[in-house]
Amino acid sequence: MTPRHASEPGDGGAPAEGAGPDRAAQAPVAQPDPEVAQARTPEMGRTGVPSEDVDAPLDHRPGVSGVATPGGGWRKADGPSASGREKRKRRGRRGGARDGDPTVGDADFQSYYGRQIVKSAVWKTPDVPLYLFLGGAAGSSAVLGAGAEFTGRPALARAAHLVAGGGAIASVGFLIHDLGRPERFLHMLRVFKPTSPLSVGSYILSPFSTAAGGAAALTLLSGVPAVRRSRGWFPRLVRSAGLRRTASVGAAAFGGPMAAYTAVLLANTATPSWHEPGNQLPFVFTGSALAAGGGLCMAFTPVDQAGPARSAAVVGAAVELAAMHKVEHDHGIVSEPFHIGRAGKLLRAARACTSAGAVGAALVGGRRWGAVASGALLAAGSLLTRFGVFDAGMASSKDPKYVVIPQRERLAARAAADSSPKDA
Amino acid sequence: MSQISSASPAFTGNDPENRLFGPLPDVTGEAGYEPDHPARVGFFTDTSVCIGCKACEVACKEWNTLPMDDADGNRDALGLSGMSYDNTGMLGANSWRHVAFVEQSRSVDLPMPAIGAPAAPGQGVGSAGGCGGSCGSAETPSHANADGVTIDQHSVLNAQALSSFDPQTAQSADREIRWLMSSDVCKHCTHAGCLDVCPTGALFRTEFGTVVVQDDICNGCGYCVPACPYGVIDQRKDDGRVFKCTMCYDRLTDGLQPACATACPTQSIQFGDLDELQARADARLATLTEQGVTTARLYGRDTDDGVGGAGAFFLLLDEPEVYGLPPDPVVTTRDLPSMWRHAAGAAAMLVGVALSGFLGRRR
Repeated sequence: MTPRHASEPGDGGAPAEGAGPDRAAQAPVAQPDPEVAQARTPEMGRTGVPSEDVDAPLDHRPGVSGVATPGGGWRKADGPSASGREKRKRRGRRGGARDGDPTVGDADFQSYYGRQIVKSAVWKTPDVPLYLFLGGAAGSSAVLGAGAEFTGRPALARAAHLVAGGGAIASVGFLIHDLGRPERFLHMLRVFKPTSPLSVGSYILSPFSTAAGGAAALTLLSGVPAVRRSRGWFPRLVRSAGLRRTASVGAAAFGGPMAAYTAVLLANTATPSWHEPGNQLPFVFTGSALAAGGGLCMAFTPVDQAGPARSAAVVGAAVELAAMHKVEHDHGIVSEPFHIGRAGKLLRAARACTSAGAVGAALVGGRRWGAVASGALLAAGSLLTRFGVFDAGMASSKDPKYVVIPQRERLAARAAADSSPKDA
Repeated sequence: MSQISSASPAFTGNDPENRLFGPLPDVTGEAGYEPDHPARVGFFTDTSVCIGCKACEVACKEWNTLPMDDADGNRDALGLSGMSYDNTGMLGANSWRHVAFVEQSRSVDLPMPAIGAPAAPGQGVGSAGGCGGSCGSAETPSHANADGVTIDQHSVLNAQALSSFDPQTAQSADREIRWLMSSDVCKHCTHAGCLDVCPTGALFRTEFGTVVVQDDICNGCGYCVPACPYGVIDQRKDDGRVFKCTMCYDRLTDGLQPACATACPTQSIQFGDLDELQARADARLATLTEQGVTTARLYGRDTDDGVGGAGAFFLLLDEPEVYGLPPDPVVTTRDLPSMWRHAAGAAAMLVGVALSGFLGRRR
C-alpha cells in the first residue's frame, strides 16, 4: 500500500492528461492538443483540475482511487486519452465537408469503444429510397391528373394517370419486397395506429394505389382497339369519363398525404439526422414530390397542355431546395451527415440537378426538348435527394457522436435552465 | 386489449394523460388491462456488484434458445471483437443480455522508490514530494497507524476499503486500471418507441407492464429497429422478424423469475415489482453516496425522463455513454404530433401548388 499512500492527493482527481512524461511520450503528435494545453494553465495547477476539486474531502484520503472518485480522470484504457486518438483518426478518415459547407468540429465525447448506440434502419437500399421517390412522384402526379381531367387537358391527364398509377403500383411492390416476411404484408392492416407512421401510411397507400392504379388501368384499357370499338357494357364502363374521373379524384385526395407521410416515416425514429429535422423533412419530401411528378408529367406531355405541370415542378423544386437548405444547416452536428461522405455527394448532385431542372423548366420548358431535358433533371434531382437523405440518416446512426453530443447538449441546457431560477 | 392506445394524442398532441410522453403510473392499465392486473415488474441492474461473469447472457441464450452470433450480429459466426473481453458486442436479435466491459486507466504519479517492501506510510508521503504539506493526509487514520494495511483489511466493507481494495481496480506501473461491467438489457420503457411504431400490433404491452414481440404477427417491416432510442431490438436477417428481451414472459406467467436474474451470482440483476426495485435502488444509491462513491447514479429510474422511466433500470458508476447507453434518450413519438402537423401542412402545400397551376388557364 505504500506507493499509494505516497501518491499525492491530487491524483484522485487528476485527469490522465495532467502533466506527465507518459502523456508526452505516447501522444503521436508533437503539438500538445488543446486539452493538454488547458490542463497546464496555472489556474488549473499541475494536477490538471481546479484547485477546489483537489481540496475536496474525498481526495484527502490516502490511496483514494477507483470507484469512489468523482470523475477521477478515468479514460478508456490503452493510452492517455482514447478519445483523443479517436479524434485524430477521425480527422484523417473524413476530412470534413467541402466547399465551405459548415462542419462542426469534432467535440470530445465518450462512447463504448466507438460502437453505435442506436441501431441503423434495416430497410433495404435501393428499395426504400426508390419507394420514397416513386410514392412522392405518384402523389403529386395524381393531383395533377385530377386537375387535368377537369380542365380539358387529356394528354396531361393521360401522362399523369400513368405516372401516378405506375409509381403507386411499383412502390407497393418495393414496400412489400422490403418486408422481412413479405407473405405477411396484410398484417399491416390488422390495426390502425396513429403513433405508427407506417400504419397510417398503409391506410394511405392502400386506397391511393387502388385509385391511382385504377385510373391508370382505365386510361390504358380505353386505348385498346377492341375496347374502343366494342359496344358491350364493360367497354362502355371502361370508356366512361365518369369512372376515370372518380378514380382520379380518389387518387388526388390521397396524393398529398402519400407524398408527405414518408417524411414522418423517417423522422419518427431515433436516427438523429432523420429525427431532428422532422418538421422540415415533410416540406423537403413534398417539394421533391412536386418536382419529380411535375417533371415527369411535363416530359411526357405536349408542351401546350403541360403548363400546370411545369409550374408545379418549378415551385416544388424551389420548396425542396429551401427546405433542404434548412435541414442541412439548422441542426448543428446532426446536420453534418448531410455534408459528408456518400450522402454529401448525393445531395450536392441532387442540388445541381434540381436547380438546373427548375431553371430549365422555367426558361425552356415551353419547348419539347427543353421540357424533356428539364423534366428528367428534376426527376433525377428528386431521386438523388431521397437517396441522400436516406444515406445521411444511416450514417448518423452508425456514429455514436451524433447520439451522444446532442443529448449531452440537451442535458446541459436543461441543467442550466434548472439552475438559473435559483440564481435569479 | 382491443382498443387502440394513444389514438388522438398522436395527431393532436393534446396529451393530458401522458399517453405519448411523461410519467405514467399505471402503464399496464393504460394499455387496456382490467384494474386487477399484476403489478408492473422490472429489472434493477446494480453494476457496482457486477463481476462480468456473463452468466446472465448464457442463461438467456439457453432459456430462449437464441442462436449464436458475433459482436456485429452475424449469425452462427464465432468472432472476437478484439477490443475487450466483450465479444457479445451489443444487444440484438440474438443477444438479449449484453455484458458491457469497460477498461479504463488513469496515470498515477508514483514516488521513485516505488518497488520494495512496504515502507512506513509516512516515508512514502515524503518521497512523493508533491504533497507540499497542504494535503493533510498524514492525519487520516491509516496514515497515522503504522500498520495501515491491516486496518484497511479489517474494514473491508466500509467505504474507505471499497476504494482502497476495490476489486475492480488494479495498479499497473504508473497507471491505475479499473473495469466497469454492466449487464445491459431491453429497458421495457414506459413509453416504448418500438411499441408505438409497430404497424402490425406484433409488439404489445403484457399484463406485467413489459413489452413483447409476437413472433406470429411480426411481418419484419423493421420499423421498431431504428425507433428504439437505446438500439435494443433488431432483425434476424435470415428470419426476417425482429426479436428482443421478453423479460421471460413465459417464465413470468408460471411464477418464475427471468432466467438472467435467476442466474446472476452477485444479485447485480435484481428482478421484482418495479416500485419495490425503485425503492431498493434509491436505498442502494444513498448507501453508496454516503460511502463516498459519488460517481454512482441511477439510469432509467427517473419517471420524468424521455421514456417515462424504464422498466429495467441501472446503477452506473460512470456516464451512461461509457457503457454504450444514450445519455438522454427520448421516445421518438414525443415529437410525432408536431411532425404530423407539419406533414399535413406540407400535403396541403402540395395540393395547393399542383392545383393552382390550373387556375385561370382553362383551355
